[in-house]
Amino acid sequence: MTEEPLKQPALRVEGVRKSYGQVVAVDGVDLVVAEGEFFTLLGPSGSGKTTLLRLIAGFERPDAGRIELGGRDITSLPPYLRDTNTVFQDYALFPHMSVADNIAYGLRVKGVPKQARVKRVQRALEMVRLTGLGNRRPNQLSGGQRQRVALARAVVNEPEVLLLDEPLGALDLKLRQEMQIELKQIQKEVGITFVYVTHDQEEALTMSDRMAVLANGRIEQVGTPVEVYERPTTEFVAGFIGISNVLLRDGVRFVVRPEKIRMLAEGEQPEPGMVVESGQVEEVIYVGMSSRYLVRLDRGEQLVAVRQNMDAVGDSRRFEGRPVRLAWTPDHTYVLDTGR
Amino acid sequence: MEGFWTRVLLRLWVALILVFLFTPIVLIFLYAFNTSNIQSWPIPGLTLKWFSATIDDADIRSSLALSLQVGLIATAVALVLGSCAAFAIHRMTWFGKEVVSLMFVLPLALPGIITGISLNAFFSFGGVQLSTLTIIVGHTTFCIVVVYNNVLARLRRTQGSLVEAAMDLGANGFQVFRDITLPLIATAVVAGAMLAFALSFDEVIVTTFTAGAQNTLPLWIFGAIRLGQRLPEVNVVVSFVILVTIIPVVIAARLTGGGGAARVPAAR
Repeated sequence: MTEEPLKQPALRVEGVRKSYGQVVAVDGVDLVVAEGEFFTLLGPSGSGKTTLLRLIAGFERPDAGRIELGGRDITSLPPYLRDTNTVFQDYALFPHMSVADNIAYGLRVKGVPKQARVKRVQRALEMVRLTGLGNRRPNQLSGGQRQRVALARAVVNEPEVLLLDEPLGALDLKLRQEMQIELKQIQKEVGITFVYVTHDQEEALTMSDRMAVLANGRIEQVGTPVEVYERPTTEFVAGFIGISNVLLRDGVRFVVRPEKIRMLAEGEQPEPGMVVESGQVEEVIYVGMSSRYLVRLDRGEQLVAVRQNMDAVGDSRRFEGRPVRLAWTPDHTYVLDTGR
Repeated sequence: MEGFWTRVLLRLWVALILVFLFTPIVLIFLYAFNTSNIQSWPIPGLTLKWFSATIDDADIRSSLALSLQVGLIATAVALVLGSCAAFAIHRMTWFGKEVVSLMFVLPLALPGIITGISLNAFFSFGGVQLSTLTIIVGHTTFCIVVVYNNVLARLRRTQGSLVEAAMDLGANGFQVFRDITLPLIATAVVAGAMLAFALSFDEVIVTTFTAGAQNTLPLWIFGAIRLGQRLPEVNVVVSFVILVTIIPVVIAARLTGGGGAARVPAAR
C-alpha cells in the first residue's frame, strides 16, 4: 500500500450539505472512493443516500461543500458535463427508442462516430447477455432485461464513476440475488468505480468493497463489510445491519451477534473464558435454514440467538418455555462507541 | 353472470340510445342526396345535384375559405401558446399553480356566450373593428385550452426521470428537448391541434359575437336555416362539416390512446 504512487481518488466528497426547506437531507458528508472500488451507500429511507447520489450526479446542487471527480472540482457542473452515469431505480429507458438506440444515446450526443458506436453497443449488449435484443422496444422486455439495458446504457460510456440508485429494488428476490453476483462480475470486468445506493443490508454486505452506513443525512460508519458487520461503531449501525443484541454490563454497552451465542445443553460446560447468562426461551421462530430463539435473560433483557436447524423439523419448538443458558466469548462482543 | 333476458334488454337499450343519438345525423346525410327540395319521408330519389349547386355557390365557398383560415390560424397560435403554457405549468412548483391552470381551462368550461359577449364588449371598448382577426382571437381562446390540456396530460404521464437520464448521458437542454421531450409529446401536440381545429370549424356562439360582416361556414348554415331557404345545400354543408370535425377527433383519439382525448371538460 505504501509503495503505491499517490493516486487521485475517483470521487471525493467534502462537507456536502443539502436541505429542502426545513428538512436537512444531507448533513455534512465526507467521502473518499478509490479508483475501481465498489462502494455502497447503505441506509434506511430518508437517510439521505439517494440525495447524496443525486448530488454526485449533478441533479441537485449542494448548499455547501465540494465534490471532486478524479481530482477535478465538479461541484457546479451540470449533469451533462460530468463524467458520471446513473442507473436509475425506475430504469428511465427511453420508450420511443429501441434497446440499441437507448444504449447508443450517450455516445451519440458525445459525437462518437457511427461505426464505433455500433461496435460498442454490440459489446455492451454482450456484456449484459442481451445479444440479439437490440431492436426491441423497452416495453417488450421483462423487468430483469430492462434492468440490464439500463446498466448497459450507463456502462457503455465508460464513466469515471457509475452511480446506481437501488437498481435491483424492483426485481423479485431470486432475480435480485442473481443480478447481485452478475453486477459484481461486470464491475470487475470493466473496472469502473461503482457507487451503489441500497437500503438492503444483505445486498451491501454481499457486493461492496467498502460501504458507508447513513442515517439522518450523516455517515455513521465507513468500512469493509466485515468491519461494519463485526465491529459496528454505533448502536444505529449495529441495529441496522443484522440482528444485534445490545447489553449493558458493569457500565459498558456492547453488542453480541445472534450467531455468536451458544445455547448450552443441560449439564454442558461452557468453554473456558466464555461468559454465561441464564434465561428462559420465550419463542422459537423457524426461518428455514435456522431458527431464532428469543430468550428473556434473568437480568431482564431479551436476546436473540440463532441456531442452525440440524435436528428434525419442528424439533426446535420444544425449547419454548424452557430455561436455557447462553454463552459467548467476550472477544466476539463489541463495545459501542455511542458517542452521544 | 347476468341472465339471458338481462343481456337482451341491455343490448336493446344500447341500440335505442345509439338510434336516438345518430338518427338525426344519418337523416342529414340522406337528405343531402334527396332529389326533392322538400324534406319529407320517404325521399323520392337520390341525386348529386345539390353537391354541384353547393360547390358553385360563391357565398358557401367564401364561408368555407374563412372557416379554414380561422381554424388553421387559431390552431397554429394555440399550438404555440398552449404548449408553452403546459410546459410552464408542468414545471411550476408554485402554490398558485392550480389556480393558474384553472384560468387556462376556463374559456372552454365557460358557456360560449359569456366568452362571446365579453370579447365583443372588449373589442368595442377598445375600438377594434370586428373582422377576421377578431374571430381568430375568439377561437384561439378555447383552442389554447385543448392543446394545453392534451400536452399537460402527456407531460404528467411521462416519467420525470427520462429527462434526467438524457442529461446524465450528456445531452444538453436543447438535445434533451429534441431527442426526448418532443418525440414523447409529439402525438399529444398533434392530437391537441386536431381537436382545436375541429372545435373551431363548427363553432357558432363565440363567432356570432366576434364576426363582423364575414360568415364562417357554421354562420352561413345558421343564416340559411333561419331564412328557411336552400335547405338542400344546408344538408350538404352540414354533412361536410360533420366529416371535417369527426375525422380529426377520431385521429386525435387514436394518437392519445383511447377515448380519453374527448373534447375535454364538459360544456360545449
